[in-house]
Amino acid sequence: MLGKMTKQMLTGNASIAWGVRLSDVDYIPAYPVTPQTEIIESLSKWIREGQMDAGFVTMDSEHSMITAAGAASATGVRVFTATSSQGLMYGFEMLYTVSGWRVPFVMANVSRGLSSPITLEPDHNDILAARDTGFLQIHCETCQEALDSILIAYRLAEDKSVLLPAIVNMDGFYLSFTREPVEIPNKEIVREFLPPYKPTHAFFRASQPMAQGVAVLGGHIYSYFKYQMHMANNNALSIYKEVSEEFKETFGRGYGTVEGYMLDDAEYVLIMSNSFSAMGKAAVKRAREKGLRIGLLRLRLLRPFPEEDIREALKGRKASAVIDQNISVGKGGILYSEIAGVLYNEKQRPLLLSFIGGLGGKNISDAEFDFIFDAMMNAYSTGNVPQPALLYTEAELEEMERLKRVAGKG
Amino acid sequence: MIKSIKDLTFEEQMLPGTPACAGCGGLLALRHCLKALGEKTVIVNAAGCFTLLCVYPFTPFKSSWLYTAMACAPAGAQGVRDALNILIKKGRLDEKEDLKVVVLTGDGAAYDMGLSSTSGAIYRNLDFYYICYDNEAYGNTGFQSSGATPFGSKTGTTLPAELNPLGSELSKKDLFEIWRSHKPPYLATISPSHPVDIANKFKKCEGIKGPKLFIAHSPCPPGWATEPRLSAKFAKLAVETGIWPLKEALYGEVKHTLIPKKFKPVEEYLSEQGRFAHLFKPIRQEEAIKNIQERVNRYWK
Repeated sequence: MLGKMTKQMLTGNASIAWGVRLSDVDYIPAYPVTPQTEIIESLSKWIREGQMDAGFVTMDSEHSMITAAGAASATGVRVFTATSSQGLMYGFEMLYTVSGWRVPFVMANVSRGLSSPITLEPDHNDILAARDTGFLQIHCETCQEALDSILIAYRLAEDKSVLLPAIVNMDGFYLSFTREPVEIPNKEIVREFLPPYKPTHAFFRASQPMAQGVAVLGGHIYSYFKYQMHMANNNALSIYKEVSEEFKETFGRGYGTVEGYMLDDAEYVLIMSNSFSAMGKAAVKRAREKGLRIGLLRLRLLRPFPEEDIREALKGRKASAVIDQNISVGKGGILYSEIAGVLYNEKQRPLLLSFIGGLGGKNISDAEFDFIFDAMMNAYSTGNVPQPALLYTEAELEEMERLKRVAGKG
Repeated sequence: MIKSIKDLTFEEQMLPGTPACAGCGGLLALRHCLKALGEKTVIVNAAGCFTLLCVYPFTPFKSSWLYTAMACAPAGAQGVRDALNILIKKGRLDEKEDLKVVVLTGDGAAYDMGLSSTSGAIYRNLDFYYICYDNEAYGNTGFQSSGATPFGSKTGTTLPAELNPLGSELSKKDLFEIWRSHKPPYLATISPSHPVDIANKFKKCEGIKGPKLFIAHSPCPPGWATEPRLSAKFAKLAVETGIWPLKEALYGEVKHTLIPKKFKPVEEYLSEQGRFAHLFKPIRQEEAIKNIQERVNRYWK
């Protein structure tokens, strides 16, 4: 049942806002931070113009914003909020806190490199810092996917076997400010997929006094609740598959936990996430034209981590390379370690190479992709896996040397 | 308005058996506040001593409770209040199910870490109550200096020593005036030694929409190094010496609800508390005692 569809040129931010508008959200505590601000401006405008029936409040910080979002959700309304980078860090304490409250609200994070140095363009140190908090995480490559993921995220978060908050992530600038043709689903059809929020779990009312978020004393009590969160988060894996299947039936497009690109017969696999995957796909396509059997695996559902799907996607490949658009300083790529953990007990596993690239929105050039492809093939033929590499071109280094001279440090 | 302690309701909203310290002045103040508020409340708590009132699976309250974190209880109150309003407006919740939203924090959260989120909530004219139990230091961590610690107090981080015989050299922040500068509709100081005054203040602000804020002086036997049985006495002495003025501000206009007929010297209040003992022994620090008396005199002029 596809209904009447309209397509519009929307930015990633506007796509998220449309997803929220279609989701019958009741309440939006907000706080501006670049590059997500367009999301909350759009929502605020629609509410003020009467096109959305929701409460909107500008809080005094992201810390307060996430608190208000969690508290409102615990009181029984459908909540959305958005942040980015420094904002996510400022509210960090509350990420752990509200996920422990088991409140199913949705938050957009528009990725942006973390200070210092302070910057604007994207990488994923912000969102990956939140990977252990209990929030579900969906990472998007396109504007359409960003809109659709908001709808999916509510279904996932509100499922009674999950009841955890969810983050929908996209890259700042590269997606937040890029216009793409986006199909805005019909509201009535969305309502069939995502009915209005009617919580049946704990929330505050006079006839039902309860204590929430209370202290526990004793490791066995603490562990019990933490394990429950972990198991609920893992439940989201199978629920995700049901929900995305239903989404596909309803809207005619689907999203797996991971996405394969030219993967079927690939001997070598590039692993990426978010909008830079589009660059990776272009590079894979170029390589294919040269006759190289290379494919790309894009990570979409990061929490819960779809280990089985990743293992399946990498089965029988010769080598694989993770491009981490993040850096765990003193260790290296965060996703590399996670993928390595998934593969370790496999008898037949591909060699796994690690590259750091795209930090603070740094471009990944054709030459860098070619370098990665060569490295994978070379590793396979020699059996020697190279040390993790920090991608940087000679031209970029020359430019940096020039800037240092300008700064008097040359 | 009631005149006598005999007019207080017998109904309790907080039941006995809490893990609070013996003689906790804050708990006594809270008990009287909750008597005045009734049972349809949700207490939104910030990290502090009273966080341990609700330890899984127990709660001493007849009402609801939400623990947030140290800095953000007023933001939690915002979320709960807004959500209740939305549910009632959209017809998804009966008005009878509505709750009074009550922030409960210590002075560390109120004076220091949570000042920004409190400022935001008052600025947004949030319809809520705020009860700060002020024991004049970070009590739950063992009594370290906070923005509420008075001049001359010994705390875990302002030990009187040879280089600094005074204890705390800094003065207590004037939270009443900080809050009043936001022009909240109602604001008051209270003391557990004056339950009639507490009841009347809650009565007075009943029905007012917007922030209704209370700072409760809270004798703390372990931190003040006083005997638990004397907490009410010290609370009373703080009022009688003029150190803790009982006052209120209705739409910004300040009125004292009790002006002692004859002020007792501050020394009576200070000298029996362990946290001020160094001002008297082994050497009497005349300047410091005089300084504290003069501050009180200046205030009441």
